[in-house]
Amino acid sequence: MDDERSLLQYLQHISENVSPVDFYLIADNLDRFLAGALVTLQLTFLALLFGGLFAVPLAVARAARTPGLNPAIWGFTYLFRGTPLLVQTYLIYYGLGQFAVVRESFLWDPILSSPWWCVLIAFTLNTTAYTTEFLRGAILSVPNGEIEAARACGMSWWTRLRLVVLPGAFRRALPAYSNEVIFTLHGSVIASVVTLQDLLGVGRWLNGRYYLAYEGYLTAMVFYMIIVFGITRLFRLAERRYLGHLRPREHDELLPMTTSP
Amino acid sequence: MIIRKLVTLCIAGALTLSGAHVFAAEPLRIGVEGAYPPFSKKEADGSLSGFDIEIAEALCKQMGRECSLVEQEWDGMIPALIARKFDAIIASMSITDDRRKKVAFSEKYYATPTRFIARKGSDLELTASGLEGKKIGLLRGTTYQCFVEKHFPDADIMLYNTQEDVYADLVTGRLDAQVSNSIQAMDGLLNTEAGKDFAFIGDDLDDEACLGEGIGIAVRKNDMALADEFSAAILAIRENGAYQAVNDKYFAIDIYGN
Repeated sequence: MDDERSLLQYLQHISENVSPVDFYLIADNLDRFLAGALVTLQLTFLALLFGGLFAVPLAVARAARTPGLNPAIWGFTYLFRGTPLLVQTYLIYYGLGQFAVVRESFLWDPILSSPWWCVLIAFTLNTTAYTTEFLRGAILSVPNGEIEAARACGMSWWTRLRLVVLPGAFRRALPAYSNEVIFTLHGSVIASVVTLQDLLGVGRWLNGRYYLAYEGYLTAMVFYMIIVFGITRLFRLAERRYLGHLRPREHDELLPMTTSP
Repeated sequence: MIIRKLVTLCIAGALTLSGAHVFAAEPLRIGVEGAYPPFSKKEADGSLSGFDIEIAEALCKQMGRECSLVEQEWDGMIPALIARKFDAIIASMSITDDRRKKVAFSEKYYATPTRFIARKGSDLELTASGLEGKKIGLLRGTTYQCFVEKHFPDADIMLYNTQEDVYADLVTGRLDAQVSNSIQAMDGLLNTEAGKDFAFIGDDLDDEACLGEGIGIAVRKNDMALADEFSAAILAIRENGAYQAVNDKYFAIDIYGN
């Protein structure tokens, strides 16, 4: 307890006398930043979860060139990949609210009136579009040999998709997906322009409340770096596990021979 | 060793730069906003107009200085001043003690009351319990933020980047009420088609610690001479009628206050 108090006093001393950055104020508002980090993580995770669920069937339909569906999905991904996320969020939040029809519909009260839902919808549609496209690429890059082998074993289209095509495509898409996760996290700062108190929102709150230039942004930055560090770590573990067969061989000569010719 | 020399050089360079004085020959850069009608707004052709803008021009003329206007979003105003993006802020900024820790102010150039606005017929009570859980919208980094956080800690405070965004969400019904400058709100909302169902609620807000002592011109703390120059110019244009001419163009009453 005493240690804690003296640490805070030390921070206060440094902040008032030495440092250009007010560490004491940051420490004092750390709980707000933690709450902001929670909002950021929540939005990112849910958008990725729903986006991933929607993207799988869409990518399969795209890769299979399903008549009718394929051009429609292409139009959807082109729209959401071809326009900035900020514009999409503004359109859903401020744009839809302009219409009395929308405001009087059953969707307004629980969903479209809430900034949280509007942002989640925008983020989900955006990440669905990106995930669909690179997953489609991954599906198309499954080697023909694997599919022929599955067919030779008598697997139906559905079984082939489930047991051969998709697992292979997921593995191949893993490195690209880590970028998508980080981009979605970075894109989530847009939540702060429609009043949500996400990490950046809290940073801007702190700057606005105390008329500061750096403290809020710096603290948010550190938090984002920690989160990105966690994400890249998780993906490295996942890649080790699922893409292990693609890694260059290590210590080859030390491995015991398991089979003799 | 080389690195240490480089660092010393950099520091020396930075000191020289920060020590450089603003010469009278250089145009004075004024930070203004553009989303706060009728004090400042952007015309369709991109030019700025409004009370703040014209007062800035009148003051520069009075001071015999050439001025250039620099547009800046509200919540970055003070940081941008400190970072020398401009030399003074003429953007309806209230003079408060909190801000005095960061910047210096001229004497006020106007003073208007701050008030709540809600939908007509709203039964909101402006008490701590009356606003508990109610969504109150306001512009980020304003005196209103200080006021609402201090007096209505249990209200659900929603922070916006521009005053126009606050009005937009009040009109759609996302907000139960909003707080802002009453004169600005007349032009920005209440006298417009979108604002016809809205009205002031409660009296003029009163808390000098939060709401300040009127609207002044902010300069960097070490530019006190510039603040004094502005204060003298404000009094001068009050005397010679230039202030009145701008005032009457925008308002039916004299907004200088007492």
